[in-house]
Order: sequence, then structure tokens, then C-alpha cells
Amino acid sequence: MTRAFPATSATSVTATDGGPAVEVRDLVKRYPKRPVNAVDGISFTVGRGEIFGLLGPNGAGKTTTIGVLTTRVKATSGSANVGGVDVVAHPVAARARLAVVPQRVNLDRALTARQNLVFHAAYHGVPVAERNRRADAVLEQFGLADRAKDKVDFYSGGMGQRLLIARAMMHAPEVLFLDEPSTGLDPQARLFVWDRIREMRANGVTIVLTTHDMDEAATLADRVGIMDHGTLLALDTPDALTRSLPGSTTLDLTIAHAAGDSPAAIIGELSAVRGVEQVESVASDQSGGGGMPGGPPPAPAAPQSAPSELRVRLYLTSEAAALIAPVTELLLGRGARLTAISLGEPSLEDVFISLTGRDLR
Amino acid sequence: MPSGSDRSGAGAVRAFGALLWRDVFVTGRELVAFLAQVILQPLFLLFVFGKVLGDLGYTQDNFAQVLLPGVIAFTAFLTALQNVAFPLVIDFSYTKEIEDRLMAPLPTSMVAVEKVVFATLRALIAAVLMFPLGYWVLGEVSITWAAVPAVAMFLVLGALVGAAVGLTLGTLVTASKINLVFAIVLTPLLFTGSTQFPWVSLDDLRWFQVICAVNPLTYVSEGMRAEMLPSLDHIPAWVSGLALLGYLVVFMAIGIKGFLRRAID
Ligand SMILES: Nc1ncnc2c1ncn2[C@@H]1O[C@H](COP(=O)(O)OP(=O)(O)OP(=O)(O)O)[C@@H](O)[C@H]1O
Ligand SMILES: [Mg+2]
Repeated sequence: MTRAFPATSATSVTATDGGPAVEVRDLVKRYPKRPVNAVDGISFTVGRGEIFGLLGPNGAGKTTTIGVLTTRVKATSGSANVGGVDVVAHPVAARARLAVVPQRVNLDRALTARQNLVFHAAYHGVPVAERNRRADAVLEQFGLADRAKDKVDFYSGGMGQRLLIARAMMHAPEVLFLDEPSTGLDPQARLFVWDRIREMRANGVTIVLTTHDMDEAATLADRVGIMDHGTLLALDTPDALTRSLPGSTTLDLTIAHAAGDSPAAIIGELSAVRGVEQVESVASDQSGGGGMPGGPPPAPAAPQSAPSELRVRLYLTSEAAALIAPVTELLLGRGARLTAISLGEPSLEDVFISLTGRDLR
Repeated sequence: MPSGSDRSGAGAVRAFGALLWRDVFVTGRELVAFLAQVILQPLFLLFVFGKVLGDLGYTQDNFAQVLLPGVIAFTAFLTALQNVAFPLVIDFSYTKEIEDRLMAPLPTSMVAVEKVVFATLRALIAAVLMFPLGYWVLGEVSITWAAVPAVAMFLVLGALVGAAVGLTLGTLVTASKINLVFAIVLTPLLFTGSTQFPWVSLDDLRWFQVICAVNPLTYVSEGMRAEMLPSLDHIPAWVSGLALLGYLVVFMAIGIKGFLRRAID
């Protein structure tokens, strides 16, 4: 079920169509009495209708960035526009265009779930009949209709999180900021929230979200920015980011070769194939040394009894699929046969770790 | 300004109204708790000091009528102060409930002003209730119809100043210190506010008179007494009014500054 609320008149008036939904330039934030910048000169733009993910370890500056964009944190320098409105110069106009789902639940505990929604819409000038209609629709949509009259004190963490997202939709924002929207959600609720986010995007809402969840970033975001220590280390589509990690595409081969052939010779020849960076043999009974390339390949496994089987992992500099043909040909030439093959693509997590390191924050 | 500034102006007024309506709505549902909270203390004060001590002969005949304006002033001032300060401390320190209202399309300072306006409304209700209660406990209330507008003005001013002091305290104090600060601030505020005695009569206790002159509550009490008991020596009403206006400006400025500091990192 999709739901497109017409934008309230106040929000549509000064919208400058065409420009990016979010534009951040050289943004710096230093909190008082702090030795370092929490956000240290980041720039990025988010196109209209895009889902943009900010990924980063604890303390990277994600929440601070969202804080500036949502007028809750005062920038030290740099500029930030949301929906074509300068959030520093015109915070009130900006607030009419954006909505935020905070990292911490901040529901109004004096009110019921439904009242939370209705009052939020009232603050944003949505007329009475319309806000009641929207509240019922959104409660239904988020599976909270039967708990609509409960005080939010009695809500579980996950229900509260859903209600926060529902609340953010009440005034039909142009840009929605979600700070770790799926933290604390069960797998069902997480998938559910992802669906809602995609649905909002389909309705033309621009989404900026932060997350630690690589899956979430990879499956949901059109583009991902990886942040650490207040700076943006990389910014691209999840695909491009993973492709950018050199030598991390792998091709695992299981080869049945003639009893007289030497594994070392086969490995030597495979290493010479264009696009292969390095070859290491993998013991038959384990799934492989795995992980990142870089270290010297381990010594080839001891020759095995017939029928001779060899398992190797090829680290590639080009796409894996393109190498299947030359490798097959090469093996046939030696009278060997491919019995199993599997492609390994690096994950966003590999990219994340390679950029931000393994230190705990 | 963007071309929609008129509309954001209208939007801000609407948002302000909605914030106020939220507070009225929430209070409306806990009316009994609200009344108990604001009425019990002044009621007992009136009963023991005005009625019991009078009947036992420990106080002069007219003391009850000296006390009543002071108690009403104190009710207006302190109800407003507490109704701003306590919720703010909790909101900013723990629940962050106020965040959704801070995201409403109106200037952040207006969220603080709304708190002050609402607390003033609550305080006025409490203060007005003290008139019939005073009549019930003491058997008479010294006031003329002609004095009502001026009395109302002093109540409004007193509640506003109390709320502004509450805004200052509520944004300066952290939750862990709230009990300490209130113990240190509220008790002296209550006993140096000329609620239980006319300020002018302190001429022989000069140092205490000077301390009382610093307390804004003194001017609410004295203003009320000037209107309700004009025959008694009192600070001229215009002096009390001006003093309250001055305090209002000062505490609103400090309070709003503190509010902005807490609301925006
Ligand atoms: N109100 C504040 N006052 C002072 N320092 C702050 C404040 N808020 C955040 N910081 C600091 O700024 C840095 C960035 O914090 P931020 O909350 O933006 O990180 P984050 O990326 O959202 O982390 P997480 O993933 O843990 O939520 C941290 O070092 C943090 O300690
Ligand atoms: Mg965060």
C-alpha cells in the first residue's frame, strides 16, 4: 500500500525544484570544549528522490551531521541546504521541509501513540481532518492500529522506533533523515522498515540515513558515504565502492588434474593469466584462508593421491566472470578439468574495514 | 528571507497555538493532580497562619488579610516557576520529549515563550482559585471591584516573572542538581518574598529588608497588597509594577539564552 500525502501548502511554496535535496559544503562542527572537530570539512549532495546512506564507526560524526542538517546543531563553518533552504539562515523554513527520526526515542510520553502523530502534524500546520486521516492511515500502515490508544510508555523499543518513523511521515516532508532507523528492530521489523523507506522514496521523498549495518547500506542506499573521524573517506554507489577495493574479487576453483601433473606448475601457469593478481592453494577440507589479500601466498598444499584434486583461490584485478573462459582453456590444455567454481565479490564490510581499520572506537 | 516568509510567519503562529494546545490538553487530563499540586500548599499556609494562629490569639486581627494577598502572590509566582523549571530539566536531561516540538516550524525561542505562557496560564488559575478558598478559610477577602483590574495585572506580571525565573533555572540546572538547587533557591525565595509581612514594616530590620528587595516575589506581594489593602503601608504600586517589568525583561533574556543553548548544540 502506498501513501502519498499532498505536501502542505506552507512547504510547497518556496521549494526550489530542480536543485539537489541536500547540499553540504565544507561543513565543520566543533563542540565547545572539544579538542577536535566532530565533523571536519565534509561536502556532499543528495539528489531528489535518492536514498543516501552515511556509514561510519561510533563517533564518526554521523549524528552530528544529521543534527546540523536538521537545525538541531549549529555548524561551526560551512554551509548546508535542505530542500533548497539554507538551514543556518532559515531554520524555520527548513524544518517545514524535513523530518527526522532520531537515534534515541523521543516520543511524547504524556500522549498516546495516535496523539503523538496528530500533535506532530498539528505543530506542522496540517488541518484537523487531514491529520486525523493521516494518523489512522499511518498507524494502519505501520501495523500499530491496534495499539493506537496505548500510552507510548507501554510500547516496546521496536514499536517505538516504528512510531518514530510514522511520526516523521505525518507532515509529508520533502527530505527524511533517519539516524540508525533499524537499530533494535527484529528481522521482520527491519525488512518492514526497509519497505516503508523504499515506498517513501517511490513517493518522491529524499532519504538520508545513517547506519552501522552493511546490509542495510548495501541493499537500501543508492549511494553510500563512509565517514570516520568527521571526514568522508569514500562516497559512491555500493557497487562502485566494492569494486574499488583492489584485488578483492576472487575466483575459487576446484581442479581435477592428471596424476602426473604438478600443482605447483598449474598454479604457476594460472598466475600468469591476465587479470590474476595472485593465486593461493586452499586445503581441500577447508573453505580457504579467505580475507584480504596482501600477505604472501601460503605454501602449496601437499600433492594428493589420485584422482588428483587441487583447490585454489585466484585474487583478481578484473571481473571474475571474464576469467572463466581463459582459465578453462588453460586447464583443458593440460588435460585438467574444472569440477567446481565459485565467484567471490568483496562486501561493503570489506570496504568499510579497509577504510576505517579495525580499531574499536 | 525566502519568498515564503509570510507563510512561515503564519505557520509559526499556528505551531505556537498547537504547542499551547498540547500543554492544555495534557493538563486537562490530569486536572485533579494539577489542582492538588497547586492548591494544597497555599491552602495550609492560609489555614495555619491566617486562621489557626489568629483564632489562638498569636497574631493581630488583620494579619489574615495581610497574609492573603501575599499567599496569592506566592501561589502565582511559584506555580509558574515550577511549571516551567521542572518539566524543562527533565525534558532536556532525560526524556528529550521536547525535541519533537523543537522541530516544529517556529523559531526555537518561541518554544521557550510557549512554556512561559502556558505556565503563566496555570499559575493564574491557581491564583484565582485562592480567592474563593481564602474566603472559605478566613471568612472574608479584602478587595473592592475597582481594584480587580490592577490585581489582575499584578497576578499576570507576577506569574510571568515567576515563569521567566523558572525558565532561567530550568535551563541552567542539570537534572542531577535539581533537588539541591531547588532546596537552595525555593525556600529563601518563599521567605524573603514579603508574602507573610509587609515589606515597609521591615524598616527596623534593615539588612533583611534589603535582601527582600532583591526578591521579585516581594513586588508581587507588595503590588497585591497595595491594591487589596490600600490602607496598609506599602511600596507604591507603580514602583512594584516597574520592578516586575524589569525583572521580566532580565529573566526572559537570560532564560531564552539558556534555552537556546540547551536546545541547539
Ligand atoms: N553534544 C555534544 N557535545 C560534545 N561532544 C559531542 C556532542 N555530541 C557528539 N559529540 C562528539 O562528537 C563526535 C561525533 O559524535 P556523533 O554522535 O556525531 O557520532 P556518530 O557517528 O553518530 O556515532 P554513533 O554511531 O555512536 O551514533 C563524538 O566524538 C562525540 O563524542
Ligand atoms: Mg549517532
